Amino acid sequence: MQISLVVNNKLESVDVEPRTLLVDLLREKLGLTGTHVGCDTSQCGACTVHLNSEAIKSCTILAAQAADQKITTIEGVANQDGSLHPIQESFRNNHGLQCGFCTPGMIMTSLKIIEKYKEKKVNEEIIRHELEGNFCRCTGYQSIVDSISDYLENSSEKL
Amino acid sequence: MYNFNYKKPSSISEAKSIFSSCDDASYIAGGMTLIPTLKQRLAMPSDLIDLSSISELKSIKVEEECITVGAMCSHKQISESDKIRTALPALSNLASMIGDPQVRNRGTIGGSVANSDPSADYPAALLSLNAKIYTSERTIDVEDFFIGLFETALNEGEIVTKISFPICEKASYKKFPNPASGYAVVGAFLSMKNDIIRVAITGAGPKVFRIKQMEEKLSKSFSTDSIKDIVVSHDDLNSDLHASSEYRSHLINVMVNRAVLELT
Repeated sequence: MQISLVVNNKLESVDVEPRTLLVDLLREKLGLTGTHVGCDTSQCGACTVHLNSEAIKSCTILAAQAADQKITTIEGVANQDGSLHPIQESFRNNHGLQCGFCTPGMIMTSLKIIEKYKEKKVNEEIIRHELEGNFCRCTGYQSIVDSISDYLENSSEKL
Repeated sequence: MYNFNYKKPSSISEAKSIFSSCDDASYIAGGMTLIPTLKQRLAMPSDLIDLSSISELKSIKVEEECITVGAMCSHKQISESDKIRTALPALSNLASMIGDPQVRNRGTIGGSVANSDPSADYPAALLSLNAKIYTSERTIDVEDFFIGLFETALNEGEIVTKISFPICEKASYKKFPNPASGYAVVGAFLSMKNDIIRVAITGAGPKVFRIKQMEEKLSKSFSTDSIKDIVVSHDDLNSDLHASSEYRSHLINVMVNRAVLELT
């Protein structure tokens, strides 16, 4: 079946099988391999992307379900000139990644966290609750939590 | 995944007519259970009928006596609706504890209720609050809706359209979540309306159930002391790698006690 969708602000028209998962469309048809497949069972969150500006797991949605909608992947996060988004900078500054496999998903989820809590009080418990859908097997999470709280406490950048 | 045809109707009548024209169709709501099931090849529908474009399934209405939630409302919408949080905060809390944020963005109340997973959270709220389930054909009382493990009173092709919850004075939902999935190992929803207490338990048995003995005792004296000697026999409870039936029996008392303490 032929579907159209906007990926990172670019209109794409692609031919997919009804059973094609969104993550497979992104990685294999569009070459956007920044979105990772960790568990393929909707647990680990490495495949997190934004669908109409909500974080979702792209391994648990059919490409057909995303037709005519707007997708943002990790490739759409950095600035046009290649400089990092401030939340990416914050991950770098706080050692928020080690092997880096979960990082694209962590960043996509973090973007929603900083948007949701930018004018609210936030504590570590809230950040950890919001990160429940993303697994990291290296960091022990502390440095990821620090990356997000550092951004929320110190960044003057507005989204 | 086996292959299938994919259809996206824009009205309930169109969805039903597609369903009846297919060999072995399945409706898909958020797909948080169905897509993993398809991946494991545990289901092989000829056609998937996506209900996400049917706008009449998406409204939330809060009236004086009841809250009516469209079947395609996501857990996120339910947890973040200010109107629901004011009228029935226990329902918002329940929705905010399902799965994880990404799952809450996609998963729907209608999908969860129609699936009748023994560890799902909503069934406890429905049964405790004496909800009504509206479908494309009729209205079903909650007491008649959940039949058993993954089994409901829904007929072939019938679509859950909305669920209405009578508003109560006080309610609390406490669950012992599986630490990986967030599913309820045991969840207890306790509600209080006109001095009538209803206690509904999910996760523990093949389907959600009430503990009338606890309800009677709590209606007379609302304290953890009044129910401390009531034990739900583990004979009919679930036993799996997450918890033995004996442990689930124990957790029922712990979760009900926590709910009672919250409302005391």
